[in-house]
Amino acid sequence: SNPFEVKVNRQKFDILGRKTKNDVGLPGVSRSKAIKKRNQTLLREYKEREKTNVFKDKRFGEYNTKITPEEKMIRRFALERQQNYGKKNIYNLNEDEELTHYGQSLAEIEKLNDIVDSDSDTEERGTLSAELTAAHFGGGGGLLRKKASSEPQVEEEEKPKSRKELIEEMIAKSKQEKQERQTRRESALELTEKLDKDWKEIQTLIAHKTPKSERKDKEVEKPKPDEYDMIVRELGFEMKAKPSERLKTEEELAKEEQARLQKLEADRLRRMRGIDEEENKKRPSHMSADDLADGFILDKDDRRLLSYKDGKINIENEEEKEEEEEEEEGEEEDNENEEESQEESASENEDDAADNHSDLESDLESEEEAAGNKEEKKHKANENKSQNMEKLDPKREAAKSELPYTFAVPESYETFKSLLSGRTVEQQLIILERIQKCNHPSLAVGNKAKLEKLFGFLLEYIGELASLDLPELRTIDKLVLPLYNLCQMFPEAASDSIKFILRDAAHDLEALIEVKGRATFPGLDMLIYLKIVSLLFPTSDFWHPVVTPAFMYMSQLLTKCRITTLQDVIKGLFICCLFLEYVSLSRRFVPELINFLLGVLHISLPKNQAQGYTVVHPFTPVGKNLELLLVRDKEDLKSWEKQNVPLSIVTRLKETSRTEINHIRLSCLALCFDLIKKCAALYESLPSFHEIMHPVRILLTQHVPVHEYPEKMQEWYHSALKELENKVKHYTPLICEKKKPVPLKQYTPKIVKVLEFGRKQASSKKEQERKQLIQRHKRELKGAIREIRKDNQYLARMQLSEIMERDSARKRKVKELLGSLATQEGEWKAMKRKKWKN
Amino acid sequence: MAREAALAACLEAVLGSRSSANRVFELLEPLAGQEEPEDIVSATRTCSRLFGALLERRELFVGPLPDQDASLAESYSAEDKYRIWMRHRYRDCVGCLGELMRHEAFQVKELALCTLMKFVELEAQYPLIKIEWKGTLTFPCDLLKVVVDGLLPTEEDTSLLISRFQEYMEYNDVRYFVMKAVTASIGQVMQKTKERPLPFYQQNVFSLISPINMPNKESEMVKFMVKQDNREELKLSRLQAHKQVFEKMWLTFLKHKLPTGLYKKVLVILHDSVLPYMNEPTLMMDFLTVAYGIGGAISLLALNGLFILIHQHNLEYPDFYKKLYSLLDPSIYHVKYRARFFHLTDLFLSSSHLPAYLVAAFIKRLSRLALTAPPEALLMIIPFICNLFRRHPACRLLVHRPGGPADMSEDPYVMEEEEPSKSKALESSLWEIQSLQNHYHPDVARAAAVLNQSLSEMEDDISGLLELSAYELFDREVKKKAVDVPLEFEQVRGLFGKKNDIFAEHFSLD
Repeated sequence: SNPFEVKVNRQKFDILGRKTKNDVGLPGVSRSKAIKKRNQTLLREYKEREKTNVFKDKRFGEYNTKITPEEKMIRRFALERQQNYGKKNIYNLNEDEELTHYGQSLAEIEKLNDIVDSDSDTEERGTLSAELTAAHFGGGGGLLRKKASSEPQVEEEEKPKSRKELIEEMIAKSKQEKQERQTRRESALELTEKLDKDWKEIQTLIAHKTPKSERKDKEVEKPKPDEYDMIVRELGFEMKAKPSERLKTEEELAKEEQARLQKLEADRLRRMRGIDEEENKKRPSHMSADDLADGFILDKDDRRLLSYKDGKINIENEEEKEEEEEEEEGEEEDNENEEESQEESASENEDDAADNHSDLESDLESEEEAAGNKEEKKHKANENKSQNMEKLDPKREAAKSELPYTFAVPESYETFKSLLSGRTVEQQLIILERIQKCNHPSLAVGNKAKLEKLFGFLLEYIGELASLDLPELRTIDKLVLPLYNLCQMFPEAASDSIKFILRDAAHDLEALIEVKGRATFPGLDMLIYLKIVSLLFPTSDFWHPVVTPAFMYMSQLLTKCRITTLQDVIKGLFICCLFLEYVSLSRRFVPELINFLLGVLHISLPKNQAQGYTVVHPFTPVGKNLELLLVRDKEDLKSWEKQNVPLSIVTRLKETSRTEINHIRLSCLALCFDLIKKCAALYESLPSFHEIMHPVRILLTQHVPVHEYPEKMQEWYHSALKELENKVKHYTPLICEKKKPVPLKQYTPKIVKVLEFGRKQASSKKEQERKQLIQRHKRELKGAIREIRKDNQYLARMQLSEIMERDSARKRKVKELLGSLATQEGEWKAMKRKKWKN
Repeated sequence: MAREAALAACLEAVLGSRSSANRVFELLEPLAGQEEPEDIVSATRTCSRLFGALLERRELFVGPLPDQDASLAESYSAEDKYRIWMRHRYRDCVGCLGELMRHEAFQVKELALCTLMKFVELEAQYPLIKIEWKGTLTFPCDLLKVVVDGLLPTEEDTSLLISRFQEYMEYNDVRYFVMKAVTASIGQVMQKTKERPLPFYQQNVFSLISPINMPNKESEMVKFMVKQDNREELKLSRLQAHKQVFEKMWLTFLKHKLPTGLYKKVLVILHDSVLPYMNEPTLMMDFLTVAYGIGGAISLLALNGLFILIHQHNLEYPDFYKKLYSLLDPSIYHVKYRARFFHLTDLFLSSSHLPAYLVAAFIKRLSRLALTAPPEALLMIIPFICNLFRRHPACRLLVHRPGGPADMSEDPYVMEEEEPSKSKALESSLWEIQSLQNHYHPDVARAAAVLNQSLSEMEDDISGLLELSAYELFDREVKKKAVDVPLEFEQVRGLFGKKNDIFAEHFSLD
């Protein structure tokens, strides 16, 4: 085109491989295009701006460019004719009035005697033949002609159909239809026959798989098959039970258990080191060690799977079991008798129990025997049974029979207490168990919250039992089992309620310190709670939501509480034991523990000794409450034997005699020696072990009056001292971990992905997308503004031209007028002149 | 009521006509202290009104009071005789009120005090001393002495009454004369007892003088009980004089042996409310050095005062650091004044001119003692030690000794050595902190682990850690929210049913 009309957008730099769309622009062309478009759209709108009427062009094919003008005209003509074909005159009644009967034109009915029902077979009826005849009367030529003719539809439509033609058409159609139907039916029949034939052929090939009904017949005919086969087949067809886990062998079970424990232990170690606290936020769901799969875990599938028990299929569910138990009561009474006879000759159960808690057992045995309490023994046996085999023994069954079978979860602590009060330990356990079973979380929605509350109640109940004048520690001993189970079910709720107790206790302690300036040891209940913490939670974790506060609380007890009585010493030593137990796996260092043991040793010494050590708070080097553990009585010293300190002594020390008190003092001292020994064993790996133990060693070697002690005590003393002494001193200088060297600056180019040149690179994908959107929006906005501006310009131009036109017209008219006036004037003047002349 | 009406009638009669002056005795009689507290109170009120009115009317004898009998014989005019007689009654009344300040009922005591102070005010206004020349001090010192003596009994704690008295101490002149009176009182009382401490008396004195709020500038001294025209010229209006009296009072008080509790209390406030108001703070030097030498908590507390003297008044204290070093014993982590002590220690050790051996000795000793410290102290001392390492890079040998002997059988550091230079601290390593990396408290273990790495440049801010208490620490732990709660996997078998349970060995469930 004209080079003067081409605008070239010159590129500053030529870039290889870049395709440019807009290097050449044709402003003239695009402008004229735009103007044309506006003429069609904007201008029209502008012209019709104040008009409400709309002109609609309904001319046939007016804007259809595909049709040629001639064709267009023909079509229009056809339409016109069609319209005219109908009624010509509305006032001409006779012409086109159509009478109907049942919605059908009477005229039509007149014409055709009967209507052809296309669906029905019309062969048998005579109607069609009549029709045909009628058609024949009309002459078959027309029909034939019509068949042969394949004129375009247009033509046909052009001329109105005569009646004859219509009939012909109809007959032809029906005939055709009939024929088609017949051929279809025939082909279907043929196909079925063929299929049958084929099937028979194949049937012979796969004759074995016969349908059931046929087989039965065959069986009747055939000789009876092997019974074994029948059973096998029957089994094969029996409804299949889903396989549960295979019954495992002993070794497998043991191995699995070991693997599981190993995994748990590894988990524990990981938490103990506290290395990956942050990384490992999600922990595998925890399972109790002795999880019996009895539906006590919350988020477990509760469907009952087929399981095997003692080699038999175990299908019945819990309720049925209980019912059975009821039924079996009579039988079990017999068992009871047997049991009693067994008990007389130190039953096997006892031996089993010895495995479980041999220490405890051995302690208890002597007392029991002394008391000769068979009842107690029986209880013990029961307990073992219930623990190991989860099978209720007769005694328990008898007790159970008095109790209701369903319990609602108590809503308040009072109702809970009233539920348990007055019952034996076994009954209490059963009640708790039944409460748990009846209100299992899977049974109803609110049960979870209720059972969570139950944990709190149970805890409170234990605290109350412990703070009685005669603390029922044996009961507590049993009650920790349901407590543990509940804790396994609801760890969060359990930790919350224990934390609540700890916070309360710590708050009380703090208040006491603020008011009185010193604190006293809490009651036995707190000690029991702290012990329970160690039972329910892993104490070796680097950080634990319950255990760490418990640590802090115990530390406060050992540093803040005054030691004024022997009970305080016992409580303190109890807490020392707790500390040792808490750190027994993690081997963490507890300075308070060593301080306290040193203090306890200090108060066992006579006053006014030269010191090579310093005791710290709460112990004082001088002042009151010294010699609290000092025993001077030779007799008592001689008659002492190591005994376990009964815990109830912390509430009722006053009633005991002087000798007994002295014995308890000595027991405490022995306990202290033992704890020192354990500490020494525990902390031996610490680099400054000798510095930590230095004061204790000095006290032991230089101040303790060993020779005055009874022999047993000397044993304790020497074993402790030996543990302290035979550690090698071993120091290696510290070396800091090497700092990671700062890498040198390198000159290899840093490759950064360029998304869009000139844009900010360092941003996330989302940010980039956002920026792109903003950019696009901006561009669109600019374009739109430009368009609007151009529109306005166009409109202005139009208006201007309009005005110009109007003006020019007016000027023209004015000129005309003036001209005519001038001629008039001229004429008039001419006339005048003429007059004058005349 | 009848009683009060009678007293009122009596008062009117006495004030009304001199002929019924003898009825004064009716008013004075209940003040002997034998009556019910209510009666005493009403009688005191009446007396206060009576003598208040008399003082205002100037109907009391002015000048040195002659003997009562002598006055009758001598050739005084009848008017004078009446005045002398009335002045004697006034003196009786004051004496009774002085006695009443030791009454059991606090109500009575309080009223007696207030009445006496009212008399003080009135007497200052209408002096009973002859003004011989212009500028004579008209303040009734003797009367004030009675009040002060009443406030400081030797056998009971009168802190309540003293706190009531504090409002009068706002007056500059009252304060001045009270300080003088207290000085005199201490001199008298303590001389009698011959160096034996009087706990109650000293306690009372302390509670009287410890809240004394000295003005900072002379221009602040505007509140006086007695308005005198020529105040500018008087000694009373000069801050210097006030300071002098203040100083003398404290020195007299501290000259005598104090009970331990009081000793600590004195030391606690010394640096804040005593030393800045003394003319010569260095006079406290003796007291402080003695206190510093006592050892234990008292030494720790004396440190603060001593620091001010060293820092602002150029006190040369030989072997200061050695002494400070010897103050470090296991109890420092357990005492109440831990925060204050470590704050000061931090100040003392902040100088970068200290020799490395000294700082190393301090570090080593502090960390050795940390082996017995509670967690809240450990959380403070570990950053403290880190800061020392930052200030004294030479000490980093303690945590990083690459070329040292591979194996040692002893820690070279000598804990028992008093002299930091001989403690061989620089040859040692900080095994103690390494041990603390195994501490049971997670935060302590984490803090101790910092020493394994090379330290950052910035010093830790320990000011927030100084006051950390065990309860706060506990609270912080309890409030932490856990995502999940790990559980013990070992099945419970009973309270003492664990494997190798220590409890089962030593305790029984009976």
